[in-house]
Amino acid sequence: MPPVDVTVPAVDHRVDQPSRSDWPGVRLHVVTGKGGTGKSTVAAALALALASTGKNVLLCEVEGRQGIARMFDVEPLPYEERRIAKGLPGPDGRTGQVYALHIDAESALLEYLAMYYKLGRAGKALDRFGVIDFATTIAPGVRDVLLTGKVYEAAQRNARNKGATQYDAIVLDAPPTGRITQFLNVNGELAGIAKVGPIKSQADTVMTLFRSPRTAVHLVTVLEEMPVQETADGIQDLRRAHLPVGGVVVNLVRPRDLGAADLEAVRKDMLDREAVAADLAKAKLDVDHAMVDSLLAEARDHAERRALEDSQREVVAGLDVPAYELPRLAGGVDIGGLYELAAALKEQGLA
Amino acid sequence: MSRGAPRTTTHSPRPGRPRVGPLAATDERAPRLDVDALLDDPSTGIIVCCGSGGVGKTTTSAALALRAAERGRRVVVLTIDPARRLAQSMGIEALDNTPRPVKGVNGSSDGPVESDGRAESDGRAESDGRAESDGRAESDGRAESDGRAESRPGSLDAMMLDMKSTFDEVVLSQASPEKAGLILQNPFYVALSTSFAGTQEYMAMEKLGQIHAHAQEHGTYDLIVVDTPPSRSALDFLDAPERLSSFLDGRFIRLLLAPAKGPARIMTAGMSLVTHALTRVLGTQVLTDMQTFVAAFDTLFGGFRQRAQKTFALLQADGTAFVVVAAPEPDALREAAYFVERLTEDSMPLAGLVVNRASPRPLSDLSAEEATAAADRLRRVAPDSTTAGLLRLHADRVRIVEREVHLRDRFATAHPGVPTAVVPALSTDVHDLDGLREVGELLARNGS
Repeated sequence: MPPVDVTVPAVDHRVDQPSRSDWPGVRLHVVTGKGGTGKSTVAAALALALASTGKNVLLCEVEGRQGIARMFDVEPLPYEERRIAKGLPGPDGRTGQVYALHIDAESALLEYLAMYYKLGRAGKALDRFGVIDFATTIAPGVRDVLLTGKVYEAAQRNARNKGATQYDAIVLDAPPTGRITQFLNVNGELAGIAKVGPIKSQADTVMTLFRSPRTAVHLVTVLEEMPVQETADGIQDLRRAHLPVGGVVVNLVRPRDLGAADLEAVRKDMLDREAVAADLAKAKLDVDHAMVDSLLAEARDHAERRALEDSQREVVAGLDVPAYELPRLAGGVDIGGLYELAAALKEQGLA
Repeated sequence: MSRGAPRTTTHSPRPGRPRVGPLAATDERAPRLDVDALLDDPSTGIIVCCGSGGVGKTTTSAALALRAAERGRRVVVLTIDPARRLAQSMGIEALDNTPRPVKGVNGSSDGPVESDGRAESDGRAESDGRAESDGRAESDGRAESDGRAESRPGSLDAMMLDMKSTFDEVVLSQASPEKAGLILQNPFYVALSTSFAGTQEYMAMEKLGQIHAHAQEHGTYDLIVVDTPPSRSALDFLDAPERLSSFLDGRFIRLLLAPAKGPARIMTAGMSLVTHALTRVLGTQVLTDMQTFVAAFDTLFGGFRQRAQKTFALLQADGTAFVVVAAPEPDALREAAYFVERLTEDSMPLAGLVVNRASPRPLSDLSAEEATAAADRLRRVAPDSTTAGLLRLHADRVRIVEREVHLRDRFATAHPGVPTAVVPALSTDVHDLDGLREVGELLARNGS
């Protein structure tokens, strides 16, 4: 019998377990989803989950909604990286952090002009002539190049960028599924107007990162027909544009308080009413027929929706990408809720 | 209040715009939105459905249009991006930018429609022979029907907006053939007409203006229902035309036009600085394309602006009704709040708020706390007690509904007097006329 080495713990107690992630090589996590599926919530939870493994994470939003500020209950974010969450120190003393950045096209353009062209004075003149407004709201495609360009800049930072925070991961709360391929495929979008020129080469550089294995585009859905269909279409579009598809995050999943057998019994109206009534009395409730009836009717309604969820879950499984599930939180999403969702994502390996 | 009572946000909707509300809460509650009264009112000529993405705007507008048609109105619904199966069932999956008759609408071909006339009109699908009529025959036939709308059968046409062809049509109708050819081929125009973030909103307005003008002239429709584009903000629909006209009026256009205005042009120092900067950022080719485009487009600008202003005025007129669509979620209701405030500020006619996807009400008044506590007691003895599961489901349902009611109450306090219709979530998606009819029924029956 070999000697037992008592000094090696049976369980690895380290807080950081980054190796468990399904996406270890990914630096840029793009999160998209149909409106109403909670993509911003998932993006925030993913940023927290990544940070909880000791990483420095940047969470970006590009749609001018100030959703991050609301979720984390902080002041509206400027065009500036702000630390919005910090972990408790782990055994190795390292703590993960989440920074947030609200990217607006106008500020990105002015920064871009100042950085690459030293256009201090001309920048102001451009503004005066309505050029900034034109470029950021009307000129086709330019807006997206500017927004993605800033994300690219943050993702590419290294030791040479003095004074700038370096990130281990970037999470982008991106435009909805219907627009995501167009948004990321910036050089395709620009091709119509600019075949050469500085803005075109900028777009090309950005595309090399987006098409690389260091990027993953995750799609958020709920288990309903239309969002699942849109997710399937979105995956196809992304693949056609050679953009790397990440996982599907199924959000707002109904509680599983009834097992398969119970659901079946509920559907067939075979639950033992007397037993339920007896249980309710045992639980010290003031039980009457109406209460039993209403609980059973609610359960039937639930069973019907669970069946629909199951059929959509099969469709999701058929998409052939890793799927992750997040529960619907009855009280809505606050910071505690975000931590719960982050834990679920980490546990399932998205982070 | 249960755990996790939602925060109400106090962030300003848009920088520079104040919140608009009663300042101190009043006792006024949200009245019920009487959908049928709105649809039956002959003075309602346009219904605009707006709201943020994913709240069921398209379904709501299609359902309102179908219900109006089955109650005797001659309706056209302008949709933007319907789900494929819904588009198929309405016969509009082919994008040709022209309203097409929807088959299977229950028409009432005799006598005025009673207020509850829907029920008995079932089964008379296509009985009025409208289904096979083509657009031209209809408009001729209807021209002489003025004033007899009440006694005519209702009808429903539908179209899906194609922004590029709408834009092309405008160019073709406004410019000389030679100039139009030049514009349509310009790379900058091609990009602008397909992907400019505001083109869809702008073209929706343009199409609305066209259909309205045509309907006025030929008596084709007496009600136009408009679904708005799935923008990140509900306000984009109202702001896009303004944004486009301010651009068209701006100095930037003059700057781009300068080279075309002959050798006598005088370039200020600022202008040359700007041109120089643009060339460095965009490259010469882009700038040249833009200049060619603007020069060719020059004569069309005035017309664009004029029509945008006319449509905007149409939206402010009494015959228009805005229906703000939301879901009982903080984000969707916040968007709805901004929109309601904006409409109030711009004196635009707000008909009411539709809150879709409301969770089903609990059927017992057992509180969430009691149910949870009872479930815990049962689980202590029998960890997989079915009854405990039932109780927890009930608690979950109570919490969600409480939260939704709280959100709606807060909305009502901040925006008193906005008539509201709450529509319960359907268990399946809507992809046919029967589904739309059911939604219409739920919209009309809300709260009663």
